Amino acid sequence: MAIKNNKKITFPYGGVHPPEGKQTKDMPLERSEPPATVEVLMAQHIGAPAVPVVKRRQEVKKGELIGEAQGFISANIHSPVSGKVKRMENRIHNPTGKPAAAVIIDNDGEDQWAEGCNEEQNVSDMEPQSMIALVRQAGIVGMGGAAFPAHVKLSPPEETPVSDVIINGAECEPMLTCDHRLMLEKTQEIIQATRLIMKIVRAGNGYIGIEKNKPDAIAAFRQELEKNADKNIQLLPLEVSYPQGAEQQLITAITGREVPAGGGLPSHVGCLVHNVATALAIREAIQYKIPLIERPLTVAGTAIKKPGNFYELIGTSIQHILKRQEVEDDMKLLISGGPMMGVAQGQTEVPLLKGNSGILAMRAAEIGEQRACIRCGRCVEACPLRLMPNMISVLCENERWQEAQEEYQVRECKECGCCAYICPANRKIVHMIKWCKAELAAAGA
Amino acid sequence: MSKLLIKSSPHLKDEDTISTIMWSVALALTPAVVMSIYFFRLSAVSIYLNCIIAALISELICLKLRGKPLHHASDGSAFVTGLLTAMILPPGSAYYVGIVAAGFAIAIVKHCFGGLGHNIWNPALAGRVFVQFAYPTEVNLSEWMVPSSLFGNGADAVTQASPLVEQVDSYLELFLGIGVSGSLGETCKLALLIGGLYLIFRKIIDWRVPVYYIGTVFVLTYLLPAKSGLDFSPYYHVLSGGLFIGAFFMATDMVTSPVTPLGRLIFAVGCGILVVVIRLYGGYPEGVAYSILLMNTAVPLIDRYCKPRIYGSKTKQAGSSL
Repeated sequence: MAIKNNKKITFPYGGVHPPEGKQTKDMPLERSEPPATVEVLMAQHIGAPAVPVVKRRQEVKKGELIGEAQGFISANIHSPVSGKVKRMENRIHNPTGKPAAAVIIDNDGEDQWAEGCNEEQNVSDMEPQSMIALVRQAGIVGMGGAAFPAHVKLSPPEETPVSDVIINGAECEPMLTCDHRLMLEKTQEIIQATRLIMKIVRAGNGYIGIEKNKPDAIAAFRQELEKNADKNIQLLPLEVSYPQGAEQQLITAITGREVPAGGGLPSHVGCLVHNVATALAIREAIQYKIPLIERPLTVAGTAIKKPGNFYELIGTSIQHILKRQEVEDDMKLLISGGPMMGVAQGQTEVPLLKGNSGILAMRAAEIGEQRACIRCGRCVEACPLRLMPNMISVLCENERWQEAQEEYQVRECKECGCCAYICPANRKIVHMIKWCKAELAAAGA
Repeated sequence: MSKLLIKSSPHLKDEDTISTIMWSVALALTPAVVMSIYFFRLSAVSIYLNCIIAALISELICLKLRGKPLHHASDGSAFVTGLLTAMILPPGSAYYVGIVAAGFAIAIVKHCFGGLGHNIWNPALAGRVFVQFAYPTEVNLSEWMVPSSLFGNGADAVTQASPLVEQVDSYLELFLGIGVSGSLGETCKLALLIGGLYLIFRKIIDWRVPVYYIGTVFVLTYLLPAKSGLDFSPYYHVLSGGLFIGAFFMATDMVTSPVTPLGRLIFAVGCGILVVVIRLYGGYPEGVAYSILLMNTAVPLIDRYCKPRIYGSKTKQAGSSL
């Protein structure tokens, strides 16, 4: 399926244009000194938490399995360092702010890989099933934020085969630039990863979607793809509009198809979407048997004196990162993730997870007075899912949770934040929607 | 290290607030206000002052009585209501007419229904209709003050019939408001158009509403036969009376108009149909105020039946028609 060059590629409805604030886009990814201790959570993904398979004082090597996945929708956890297990203790799970089981490991600084890790594989005649097994073994999850186990996405049901693989390089969240850096620094590897993923799901078409505010990344891919003369992989410059990189919006922008409402999956419309960082992790798992123990991370914000992009070990304390990059004393807001969907943290002693793409620290933050809805309709216009956030928020204010679901389908909401961003009455629409979903879940509806 | 704030995402916010929106509307009305002061001189100034002061004082009293923060009175919404109320009152009307209209608009139409965001009807229009009933001799639709001209010495006390009853010389004069009698701020269409275009450009109002509203009036007055003696051209219908101020500033009132694009279309076309029916076949020469107030009443119903089709849903939503 060829997409015409002159057509603007974007999702057809809604969206907002927040200030981009991508000041770190020219800062290459750096590898910094590993921390003395890592705190690795067993629940880093959507699905069942892993169960620790190490004991206190046990010696572990880098890449060694320390937490075993429970069931299909779960993910293995590996030690990011070589060293000794100090203890098992609860640590804060940053997306929810709740304590969860973690394995604390003292780094011995030896940097020794576990047996069977970091060995180059012969991929040319590997079967898709073996590749999926390697991805599953490596504990790869979606690194764009959702942290959905990658091997599950790579195993679509037989009745819904994948024809289109979409590599998500939109990075539509303001301030985040680590995917941008990856695309510049690992262009060839991302194309190889795309081919691998296409091979695994036997897809005929590959697309690499990049927002037009990253012209250097687009140029790098264009050059690389021309060199390879690869006709099955197409580079697609996307319009700059938030949330261009949300899975549903990206699928619709590129293929025109809509993922079915009510829990439909991308594979239901023949699509598979992986973020660039996840694609790279998949390639490393298959080609080198490297488990997911580090990730690219943007550290930025007004309260960070030395912002930048870093390869950071999973389980590094955010406190450690903030100290290293020097944080201002008057930091008021600490966000894991991007400014539109990221989660505000109540403390700095929080370990980094596989799904964290940014650490943002701000000097200025306020909640602001919430006024009554003035029915301006901007949220209705901005919602990329064509929900009516105005009505949902008013119903939530009156604790009419069931009605918000039955009449206005609140559960379809992906909490992209366009509605609350645009609201002139400063209404906490996303907050109310999260609350509503929790109430509905508690009521068992 | 200072305390960290815990709040829900998103952590960015668009700059527009209720205040910036309301003061932008006030700014957009400025050209028409200036023209009305030029046309009607001191009479205009006194009506503006009466209405705006009455609106702000009523707002403060209501906020106090309802236990709401008093700083809400400075968000511009009461100011705009006062301003709009003045603009749709007849020039030369007694001082208490403006005070009662603006006070009724704020206290009864806005606050009795729950304050900003909760009112069903456009406060300024409802205030105007209220004084029309309360003071039938003061607010009279058949006698109007003649505006001052470029060479005149100020507003004339002599009255003449509404322009919808008696024709003026040219469409250009009608468009500019020269020699046109009518409510204070409705006569200079050019000034209203400039303000309306500014609001469309600022994305504060939806272009669909004025375009479909005025368009419907044009098409229907072109197609439909009128009572004898009232068979004016469609251009005349579009450029006369309160259609421009109604279409750009009243029918676009966020609180009292639908939120979805389809809903706004239905609302605007409905307003247009009602204006034409009232003007051509009703007892009043003008119907803009009633058309908008009647359609305001239908807004909750329109919103309910114009839900957009949710992403990924094949079949229409219950009660949806888009």
